[in-house]
Amino acid sequence: MHITDILVTGEPIIYGAMVSMALGGLAILFVLTYFKKWGWLWREWLTSVDHKKIGVMYILSALLMLFRGGVDAMMMRVQLAFPDLGFLNSQHYNEIFTTHGTIMIIFMAMPFLIGLMNIIVPLQIGARDFAFPYLNALSFWSFFFGMALFNISFVIGGSPDAGWTSYTPLSGAAMSPGPGQNFYLMGLQLSGIGTLATGINLMVTILKMRAPGMKLFHMPIFTWSTLVTCFIIVFAFPILTVALALLTIDRIFGSQFFTLTGEGLPMMWANLFWMWGHPEVYIVILPAFGIFSEVISTFAKKRLFGYNVMVWSMIVIALLSFLVWVHHFFTMGAGAFVNSVFSVSTMLIAVPTGVKIFNWLATLYKSKIEFTVPMLWSLAFIPSFILGGVTGVMLGMAAADYQFHNSYFLIAHFHYVLIAGTVFACFAGLVFWYPKMFGHKMNERLGRWAFWLFFFGFHVCFFPQYFLGLDGMPRRLFITNVAEWLPLNVISTVGAAGMALGFVVFVYNVYYSFRYSERETTGDSWNGNGRTLEWATTTPVPYYNFATVPYVDEIDPYVRMKEEGKTTFEEDKVKPIHMPSYTGQPFIFMALLGLASFGLIFEWMYLAVFGLIGGVVMMIRRSFDYDDGYYVSVEEIKETEKKARGL
Amino acid sequence: MNHVIGFILSLVMTLVAAWAAIQSDLPVTWVIIGIMILALLQAGVQLFMFMHVTEASSGNGHVPWNMMFHGFALAGIVVAGSLFVMSFGHDHGDHGDMGDMQQQEEQHSEDHNGH
Ligand code: HEM
Ligand SMILES: [Cu+2]
Repeated sequence: MHITDILVTGEPIIYGAMVSMALGGLAILFVLTYFKKWGWLWREWLTSVDHKKIGVMYILSALLMLFRGGVDAMMMRVQLAFPDLGFLNSQHYNEIFTTHGTIMIIFMAMPFLIGLMNIIVPLQIGARDFAFPYLNALSFWSFFFGMALFNISFVIGGSPDAGWTSYTPLSGAAMSPGPGQNFYLMGLQLSGIGTLATGINLMVTILKMRAPGMKLFHMPIFTWSTLVTCFIIVFAFPILTVALALLTIDRIFGSQFFTLTGEGLPMMWANLFWMWGHPEVYIVILPAFGIFSEVISTFAKKRLFGYNVMVWSMIVIALLSFLVWVHHFFTMGAGAFVNSVFSVSTMLIAVPTGVKIFNWLATLYKSKIEFTVPMLWSLAFIPSFILGGVTGVMLGMAAADYQFHNSYFLIAHFHYVLIAGTVFACFAGLVFWYPKMFGHKMNERLGRWAFWLFFFGFHVCFFPQYFLGLDGMPRRLFITNVAEWLPLNVISTVGAAGMALGFVVFVYNVYYSFRYSERETTGDSWNGNGRTLEWATTTPVPYYNFATVPYVDEIDPYVRMKEEGKTTFEEDKVKPIHMPSYTGQPFIFMALLGLASFGLIFEWMYLAVFGLIGGVVMMIRRSFDYDDGYYVSVEEIKETEKKARGL
Repeated sequence: MNHVIGFILSLVMTLVAAWAAIQSDLPVTWVIIGIMILALLQAGVQLFMFMHVTEASSGNGHVPWNMMFHGFALAGIVVAGSLFVMSFGHDHGDHGDMGDMQQQEEQHSEDHNGH
């Protein structure tokens, strides 16, 4: 076989991407070699089981994916604003909207949030790491290699092109031959292992490793949202795993689960996909709710209003999220009775969501708000998300959905909830906890610029799309030169450019702050307004997190600790701390499974079998691994703490 | 030891299930029944041999009733929900618009007969 058989050829844009990827890769190799950083990379990062470092790697990958997905988005917007330019052909357009959707949900939103959870949740509950640190590293590398696989598809083998929903029969072997669709299946399958493992890992961490005295109803609200999210992950992801596996077997081994022939049930794919897919959208919004709650109560300088109600509404949302999936295919024709049942359950979800909105407003009511950058993102979230939620309820009316379905009205709806909800939360959370992660804050002025550009860009981009939808413009269409639609499409593209600019300023701010921001001296970075335990640690956080774990018996424990002058370093109580050792196994294990997946994608069975055997060997290796970690000595702890606290 | 036996048992049961589906000459109903039974046994092996549901030393404290209940509830939703969604409404029988279509079809065939 020749290399040109699997490389994608004939597209100038893709050649350009190949060249820039190759140059970028070479540049990284050069820098690492020139500054002799290979050992450092392996020892400090690739083999790390420290939840904070893994979290940082998650967030960096997510930002990279936000860039990749964003480039896809800009290309689509250019095509739609200038449909006569012939910028993209239909095949390329199909590939781009498919990778855009998949990347943004699976490889951007989830890892971003999981990254923040990684760093913050153990700190909020007074734990020293995850319950299973090895598994946590495994999760990250499974996500990483899944992401890498999915992303190389556009230069090797060709991208998937059947939408992020990958509906059968279109995505079956008969109508989508070739490796493209296999990239989707294996990329998601591989990274799904990690998501499921993280769900279990965080659940156990939160249930078993809280500070002494901390009851469930004392936990910070972000930790609560994480716990609820983990329940959804653990129950929803197996459905996706099974659906992906069945479709993989269909495509590679010729079974007939979702085919048109041989008594296959193509609609069963849609059914299974959305049984996972709807809970999935709540997986990415509940942690966002948690972040906003933390930010709002910190900068309103008040305890969160209606803490118990907030928790219960999340639990109710989680339960309901498993009972509404049919609203994604009302038009499949399941009949009036089925549609009515799911119409009602869908509209019910708006109730607990509304309750949460009122609680945030009540927290803000009569408070002295401090308009920091994370607070700006959070305040902007409230009205913007309401626009998304209200249109969601409109879509939830089955009869009306026959008009809205698969039009730009739907597109506008889910971008209003996903961007104003999840993406705003990612930015808010990152800026908010940035000093904890990197020891300095992000520059406020640049942060404001990024915020306003992104915020206005977002509304200019997506608000017109509601009207495009009402004017009948369908989604996933690449020639849209209908005179009626053109002006709104151009406006929308201008908005998208605004968002892109906002993102650029944000990334520049990372660099700028690294160079010029003042280094943090205390752990309580936001003018001493921190309320929960993560602010009680010093900055930078020592690798064992807490020298001594405080006793907690209330919500927002750090407020009282500060009043009473307590810290997480009580010198006479320091004991040796048990920590897990770093290991390269998770990296190697997942690299092997990545190789196996690559083999399956191209149906090179020898490679697949080789990779899978490698995986089994790594499991056996792990079973006979008796490394129990090590102890940090009392002297070392005392020395570290005294230095960090200037004692 | 328990783990090794459990591991081998679960492998064997998986292979038997695969054999039943791919290679055997059994009638389809029997294959389905057989696979279901194997699935139940498989779940049993997992619970008793790997997940310590009956470990006396911890006072049976390991039984995760809560999670198991939710697991069953979810399985119920997936199965019953899929049946509900996938089998309703596709044939409206003798009322609704499908009924009209059937009538049309009947007329159609009558026309044919007329020729
Ligand atoms: C008030 C709560 C919500 C309601 C009532 C609601 C309702 C709906 C309905 C009925 C649809 C299907 C419309 C159609 O296909 O014609 C839909 C699509 C969608 N919703 Fe929502 N939604 C809500 C909140 C959310 C949230 C919080 C998210 C994510 C953060 C979200 C993400 C999505 C996505 C991604 C789709 C489109 C999937 C696709 O077809 O590609 N929704 N929503
Ligand atoms: Cu939904």
